[in-house]
Amino acid sequence: MEISVSVNGTDHRSDVEPRTLLVHYLREDLGLTGTHIGCDTGYCGACTVIVDGRTVKACTMLAVQADGQSVQTIEGVANGDELHPVQEGFWECHGLQCGFCTPGMIMSSIALLDSNDDPTEEEIRHGIEGNLCRCTGYHNIVRSVQYAGARIRGEEPQGASQEVSS
Amino acid sequence: MYPAKFDYVSPSTLEEALSILSASENAKVLSGGMSLIPLMKMRLVRPTTVVDISRIPGLDEITDEGDHISIGAMVRHADTAASPLVIEHAAALAQAAGATADIQVRNQGTTCGSIAHADLAADQPAAVLALGATMVVASLAGTREIAAADFFVDTLTSALTPEEILVKIKVPKGGKSAYVKLGRRGGSSDYPIAACAVWVDASNGTVSDARIAVTGVGSKPYLAAASAQAVVGTDGSGDAIAEAASHATDDIVVLEDLYGSVAYRSHLAGVYVQRALEEVLA
Amino acid sequence: MSTTSVMGGIVRRKEDPALIQGKGMFVDDIKRSRELAVAFVRSPFAAATITSVDASAALELAGVHAVYTADDVRDLGLNPAQVAVGTLRPLLADGAVHHVGEAVAMVVADDRYVAQDAADLVYVEYEPGDVVIDLKEAFADTHQVHDGVSNTLLTWHGHAWWEGVVDLPDPSPGIQEAKERDDTVVVSLEMVNQRLLPTAIETRAVLADWNSGYGSVELWTSSQIPHAVAGAIGVMFGIPSNKVRVVAPEVGGGFGVKLNVYPDEALVCFASRELGRPVRWTETRREAGFSSTQGRGWIGTATITGTRDGKILGYELDAICDMGAYTQNLTVAVPLLGLFVAPGQYDIPTSYALHCVVTNTPTTDAYRGAGRPEAAYYLDRIIDTYAREIGMDPADVRKVNYWKPDQFPVNTAVGMTMDTGDYEMNLDALLDRVGYEDLKARRDAARAEGRLLGIGLSTYVEVCGFGPSALAGLGFSWAGYGLPAAFNGSGVVRVQADGTCTVTIGTGPSGQGHETTWAQIVADGLGIAMENIEVRHGDSLDSPMGTGTFGSRSIAVDGTATYEATKRVREKAATIAGHLLEAASEDIQFQDGGAHVAGSPDRSVSWAQIAESAYQPHTLPEGVEGGLESSVVFSPPNATWPFGSHMALVEVDPTTGDVDLLEYWATDDCGNVINPMIVDGQLHGGIAQGVAQALFEEAIYDDAGNLLTTSLIDYPLPAAGNLPMFSLDRTVTPTDVNALGVKGIGEAGTIGSAQTIVNAVVDALSHLGVRHIDMPLRPQRVWQAIEDGRK
Repeated sequence: MEISVSVNGTDHRSDVEPRTLLVHYLREDLGLTGTHIGCDTGYCGACTVIVDGRTVKACTMLAVQADGQSVQTIEGVANGDELHPVQEGFWECHGLQCGFCTPGMIMSSIALLDSNDDPTEEEIRHGIEGNLCRCTGYHNIVRSVQYAGARIRGEEPQGASQEVSS
Repeated sequence: MYPAKFDYVSPSTLEEALSILSASENAKVLSGGMSLIPLMKMRLVRPTTVVDISRIPGLDEITDEGDHISIGAMVRHADTAASPLVIEHAAALAQAAGATADIQVRNQGTTCGSIAHADLAADQPAAVLALGATMVVASLAGTREIAAADFFVDTLTSALTPEEILVKIKVPKGGKSAYVKLGRRGGSSDYPIAACAVWVDASNGTVSDARIAVTGVGSKPYLAAASAQAVVGTDGSGDAIAEAASHATDDIVVLEDLYGSVAYRSHLAGVYVQRALEEVLA
Repeated sequence: MSTTSVMGGIVRRKEDPALIQGKGMFVDDIKRSRELAVAFVRSPFAAATITSVDASAALELAGVHAVYTADDVRDLGLNPAQVAVGTLRPLLADGAVHHVGEAVAMVVADDRYVAQDAADLVYVEYEPGDVVIDLKEAFADTHQVHDGVSNTLLTWHGHAWWEGVVDLPDPSPGIQEAKERDDTVVVSLEMVNQRLLPTAIETRAVLADWNSGYGSVELWTSSQIPHAVAGAIGVMFGIPSNKVRVVAPEVGGGFGVKLNVYPDEALVCFASRELGRPVRWTETRREAGFSSTQGRGWIGTATITGTRDGKILGYELDAICDMGAYTQNLTVAVPLLGLFVAPGQYDIPTSYALHCVVTNTPTTDAYRGAGRPEAAYYLDRIIDTYAREIGMDPADVRKVNYWKPDQFPVNTAVGMTMDTGDYEMNLDALLDRVGYEDLKARRDAARAEGRLLGIGLSTYVEVCGFGPSALAGLGFSWAGYGLPAAFNGSGVVRVQADGTCTVTIGTGPSGQGHETTWAQIVADGLGIAMENIEVRHGDSLDSPMGTGTFGSRSIAVDGTATYEATKRVREKAATIAGHLLEAASEDIQFQDGGAHVAGSPDRSVSWAQIAESAYQPHTLPEGVEGGLESSVVFSPPNATWPFGSHMALVEVDPTTGDVDLLEYWATDDCGNVINPMIVDGQLHGGIAQGVAQALFEEAIYDDAGNLLTTSLIDYPLPAAGNLPMFSLDRTVTPTDVNALGVKGIGEAGTIGSAQTIVNAVVDALSHLGVRHIDMPLRPQRVWQAIEDGRK
């Protein structure tokens, strides 16, 4: 069936099978492969995108459910060459290793900081509970989000060099 | 993990949705999809028709109806959890909604969907049981109301017939309530191993009424009547709470799984009845 | 090793800009035109004979191109990348299945949805047979997994694991004598080191494109060992290795699960050859419980015999190790890797017997640490128990038995030679930083209030950086895989004509940051800016022959090769620069993107000028060849032996058994460090995986062999809220087996952490009569232990 979806500000009209998952629509039909798939059950959060302002798991949503809605993916986060503060934070604080969970993790972190730009460590950990990372133990992800929060608040953020053991 | 084929309809009125449900052999209602879509991906559920009710206007509202609040079929967990109305008048439901899964799931899944799904370990069914909520259910034949106590029939089985849609929940105001749980990854993280919602009406140092609901322990979320009885008429002191806790699994067949033996779950049911009561009677 | 602003410095990763923008290319992100997709038909039984396969209904479905069974692929033979001990896995089940989820047929269709539709329509008839799931039952051999073959494939003995090479006297009689002495205590525990699902967040994925015109095949695969895959594909299809291009692009986590040549890698090549179109398969998370290897799965009894003042006179471990139904790449070698570190950091007689036993379950193989976490767990848990038994502080018991720094290199009780170490210094660094005495006081004060706080300590030595290529003589040569190269590393450093630099290495990252670390090595050696160095990897045709990324080996082996290649390029560049600057090459110094004459910074040439000369040989001094590159293959004389000390503080809820990890400290020693930020990151993740084993994860089978934990709902990886920040520090004891002095850090965190947590929880509960709890320490188990202790 025909759907019309705005993805990263571009309108798309597409013909999809009702059973097509949103994540497959993004990856296969639109070629936006930054949104990843890490599990079957809506648990890992690698497929997290923002639909009409809220984070959702694109592997647990049908493309037809997104008809008429606006979707933001990792590809739509940077402003041209200018990284989003959360992307900058992940880079500065080594918030990623293999990078597979990273797009989803960044989307959740952006949504978290949109609602609270000065979260406590506990609020950060709670805010990314729907995104699993197997590489980092979350330590540097927490620091990345703290870095981004400081950047968004206009404060001087703490980069990796402020913490790494000597 | 790719769903089998199905027809998809997205009606714009409740009547249309109900007609399709009534006419279809094997149709399923889709609200947030957090339970249905994973089951379809695993092909454990293969509906011929999926009826998406998200585009029916008016279902996504939480309203103040005087003596109760009304939560529509498309109200997401996150909205239930953040609603000032729910927080003020039905704290256990706000806490249970806030403790459901993770943020993305809470953004997408619906309170009514979770209740209609009737998972034996879901969070919010315990809350609506304790709060004495009423389920408002529609079909082509009309609307009927089902008390929460009669709604949960068995594992993944509610009193809903295949032609019906749970259109809203009416949660009475008054009293004080709380929801506490132990999750699979410890703390309140993840599915409950055991959890408890309590509601009490207490004034002048006496508990005049109480309902205590337990989830994750039996084949369905249930009201622990003997536990409630044990605190009603008392001053809600430690002794009364301990007595209530000791009856948490009376007449219940306690289930076991990878996370809890019968002995452990029975023990936890008591612990969480106690902790929930302590929270509301503190 | 020198320390400059680059070497030993914190440098943002070169890998990251693509990955944080969703532009990194993982296998499933790479698209070819006219692609087809695969779905597998899998066995619902753990043991059965296959009586028929009916694919007719599937083949009638629109969009289905083929359904293949064992009959179609038998001519390819067996996957050669399996160590020939035990029964080898056929590409598709051939007449019988031996574990749930074994692939019986392969469906190829237009897309993955249709492929799954068709797989549902393939009807397979099975005659179910008896199964053996329980390890002890399998070891008893009352029923065989493979008819007529003992379930115990082999037993590794600590003193004699390599006939003719390591054949030491049996330590058992001496230990027996010690047991009989009046002044000794004997402490023994049976412990389970449970099975785990490695669970890289990217599942495995493959894409093959066979071109009959070129007579070649390209295979993209999420693999830690692309060269081995290429070798095996060549052998199976009878084509030379230079016609097989295997590419491991971005790899979304490895942890050992991508350290095999899997049947599906060959099967998609086969389907592509048959159908003349690119063919893709992407594993689903549920499938990963069947189609990828699993880790751990030991049950064993550890025993320490020692004096009452802490001198250990004997350590024994007798364990059964679960191989699963088929042995694959390193399946039987994983216990051996544990054996290598059996005596730990200690000068103690060690009797070790590891029985490699098959069961009707999917194959086990390497998972982060591969044998070493198991070995460290058994040793460290029993040392902790011994310390408690004799009433000594666990830190002091360790110190009594450590090898001393002046004894290195030491020859251990299992015939290994450890390079360098200073264990007591490392432990003291941890204890000082933590404030051990204050921490104990804090624990005791809390306990007086009825709270259950516990302190766990673990100290470990591991072995990594494999390693001498002579190890291949043990039978783990990959020559049979069509890959006559073993455990060596390689690096190619080339200065391009414009003065930028390309580095090509034999191993590729799955998150470890090779591109950054290797660029640091080369930037330090040549004075070329980091941004002008490009590190390439993971292409079996374009990368130099390499062994792969596993066993914390890349930096020690391929890193050293690259360091040596860098030195050679620098020497040649000095000759050319000396010629251009009319100075002696010994007087040439490299920095800031070029070369200058020592003491005369204005007498300089840029790398572009040096390269321009190198690629115009007529401008070169006589006898100097054109070009500016070097290729080095390095085989170290020994593996490396990192070590460290970890400590945790936990609180147990006495009512529910819920464990709260409050604090975690680690002081590790991996020798020299090239990028401390990356090293710390490896430790964070490694520790998280050990904590996950201790508290959360377990692959659970029912009696029929069904995996009950196929989804992340039932297999709970820790989320952010389940872990604390980790407090890290390090000591630096360089190795002498490579020029960089580096040891490796990929697995250390995992090797040191699980027992740290269990030791802490047992410490919290020991006064309640709890001596041991098997992992994972889920609330129920801890509560049960408290209950049992009270009885």
